[in-house]
Amino acid sequence: MARSPSRSFEPFWRDVRVLRVAGQIAFTLAALAVAAWLVSNLNQALEARGLDLSFSFLRRTAGFAITQGPGMVRTDPYWKAFLVGLANSLSVILAGLVLTTLIGLLAGIALLSPNWLLRNAARTYVEVIRNTPLLVQLFFIYFGVVLTMPSLQDRLELGPVILSQRGVWLPRPVPQDGYPIWLASVAVGLALGVWAYTRRERRRRLTGEETRPFLSALALIVGLPLLGWIVLPEPPLSFETAVLDGLRMVGGLRMTPEFFALLLGLVLYTGAFIADIVRAGILAVAHGQREAARSLGLSEGNVLRLVVLPQSMRVVIPPLTNQYLNLAKNSSLAFGIGYLDLYAVSQIIFNQSGQAVQVIALLMATYLALSLLISVVMNWFNRRMAIPGR
Amino acid sequence: MIRKATVLAVAALSLGLLVAACQPAEPVIQEVRVVETQEVQVNVPVEFVMESARLDAVRDRGQLVCGVNTSVPGFGFVDANGLNVGFDPDVCRALAAAIFGDPAAVEFRPLTAAERFTALQTNEIDVLSRNTTWTMSRDVELGTDFGPTTFYDGQGMLVPKAKGFTSLDDMGGAAICVLAGTTTEANLADAFNTRGLEYEALVLDTGDATAAAYDEGRCDGLTSDKSQLAGLRTTMTTPDDHVILPETMSKEPLGPVWAHGDQQWGDMVRWVVWSLIVAEEKGITQANVADIAASDPKDPETRRLLGIEGEFGALLGLEPDFVIDVITAVGNYGEIYERHLGPAGTNIPREGTLNALWTDGGLIYAPPWR
Repeated sequence: MARSPSRSFEPFWRDVRVLRVAGQIAFTLAALAVAAWLVSNLNQALEARGLDLSFSFLRRTAGFAITQGPGMVRTDPYWKAFLVGLANSLSVILAGLVLTTLIGLLAGIALLSPNWLLRNAARTYVEVIRNTPLLVQLFFIYFGVVLTMPSLQDRLELGPVILSQRGVWLPRPVPQDGYPIWLASVAVGLALGVWAYTRRERRRRLTGEETRPFLSALALIVGLPLLGWIVLPEPPLSFETAVLDGLRMVGGLRMTPEFFALLLGLVLYTGAFIADIVRAGILAVAHGQREAARSLGLSEGNVLRLVVLPQSMRVVIPPLTNQYLNLAKNSSLAFGIGYLDLYAVSQIIFNQSGQAVQVIALLMATYLALSLLISVVMNWFNRRMAIPGR
Repeated sequence: MIRKATVLAVAALSLGLLVAACQPAEPVIQEVRVVETQEVQVNVPVEFVMESARLDAVRDRGQLVCGVNTSVPGFGFVDANGLNVGFDPDVCRALAAAIFGDPAAVEFRPLTAAERFTALQTNEIDVLSRNTTWTMSRDVELGTDFGPTTFYDGQGMLVPKAKGFTSLDDMGGAAICVLAGTTTEANLADAFNTRGLEYEALVLDTGDATAAAYDEGRCDGLTSDKSQLAGLRTTMTTPDDHVILPETMSKEPLGPVWAHGDQQWGDMVRWVVWSLIVAEEKGITQANVADIAASDPKDPETRRLLGIEGEFGALLGLEPDFVIDVITAVGNYGEIYERHLGPAGTNIPREGTLNALWTDGGLIYAPPWR
């Protein structure tokens, strides 16, 4: 390439290097100016109305009570209400992430199933759920499904599980006399199981002999606690089912209808997106890999488990992270169906205290931290799953 | 080159529009008030007309922006024709009639309980007429001013007849549906705490959702202001299956609210509301107001009210006969009450309650028009 002799004579405003830097400086200045203008506008408006931006109101008595999740009483301060909201959000997000991954994985595999019914059922689920708004689905699930279940008086008792429009009750395990001994047998079983698994797995790798490491570990982990249960004079755990006491059920483990509806809505909605991501991930694995695995005599299940899914992970994880973030953020729709998550509680705090700017700032910071946390974990996982050298 | 220039021009124009759109709609009112008040005190004679920056802004706009409820029959509801009807929207219409002589010069802004104070603080609305309870912290801390109480309410509990509750004391362990972020929610905690009863609160963000959840049987009781419960009861699948418990859990004085800072605006709203009450006291109605004004009435207060004597309209920055416009548009206090809350509306009895006129033993009272 020939050097341009006229380069040194070009005026600086036509020099691409100057223009690039100047453009960036101009953009930064413009962005700062807009931000400064917004902040000064806010300050002016606040000053004109004698409002201040201090967070000290968080220490004041809330005056309202929360009866969901960890709960709080009316004499607790606002910050405690905020924490209760956070705890409620986290519980639905964590449960949601686990369940939606399962649903998404299963539906994604089903989308590629050779079975006509299974494949089309999965396709219908994905298309219907993915193409309707989540809030509408939540309203439908809450008002149309959960609240139309029988009343507390006519509750459905399916063995130990109790269903009603006031919630779902499961039996609650209550420790008895022999519980510490039994717990020890569980711990020993777990430790032995892990030890047996690693030992047998190593032998299988070294010799190629089929040692069935998983089965033997399972036998230990289940067997020992079972043995402990039978040997002990009385069962170490008893199960307490809920009973009706006046207007409410007492005992048992309760899932409120609001939590149940929100969890179901979030899991189904996010699962539909994950299903398509999983399907795409599986299709992204070269067909030859599958054929090679089959020709080695692996069963269809093993082909999927050992060859296809691990490789598809690389394609799946980045969009999966997005869906996880969506689930976390979508959980803020909870207010519409009466679940007191972080957003709902913040709305209540903001309305009871009138401190809109501070509450919204706190809310945004918390959601941001939550999302960044999920991102960090998923990015770490992504790096771990990456195939070295590729 | 031309295309590039066009793109640049469009970009610059839209940026300009954005900036213009983001500018606060009203001037900063605080400063204006301080200056005017000083002038009045120092060197201005009695007949000086105090000016309200907001009143000027509303006049320039040609419309009053009024924050209302859209889901409480009787107090603020959207009817089959899409019109905002109810006790509170009629207060907005009265104000519009006073300012413009035209009750239709109102833009109704539907607001949720959670949004209403922010809407005032950000100047999005001129006045809030949305069954808002006057409390100390709201009055002092939120940068809002409360007008005369137009309805004395109290919190009650709607329960299904089939449950057999006769008082709150029977409701230990009950699930209660309640609207989020209201004084109601805090009063509920107070009421059950005082009685030493446990309860489960189901907190929803709209009145419609709260009523729907109760109607589906999710809750043993629905708590809200009694006036609202009367309206909500009529929206249940079978209204006759529900009854309001006798207890009143709280005082809920409801009235118009505006942003703190423009005292002249506040005076205008206050006296327009009081004109409705004085008119009822004097027996001036929508039907007879024109005749009374034309017949040269004897009663001095009636004469002052209708602008036949004195400069009372001008003091507020309004027409001298603005009360005639107001009463012609919406009627007096009693007529507004009858129209929306009487037997034809949600049927909340007035006689013998706090909402009767003071001459009938109630609390509806206006200072003298003089």
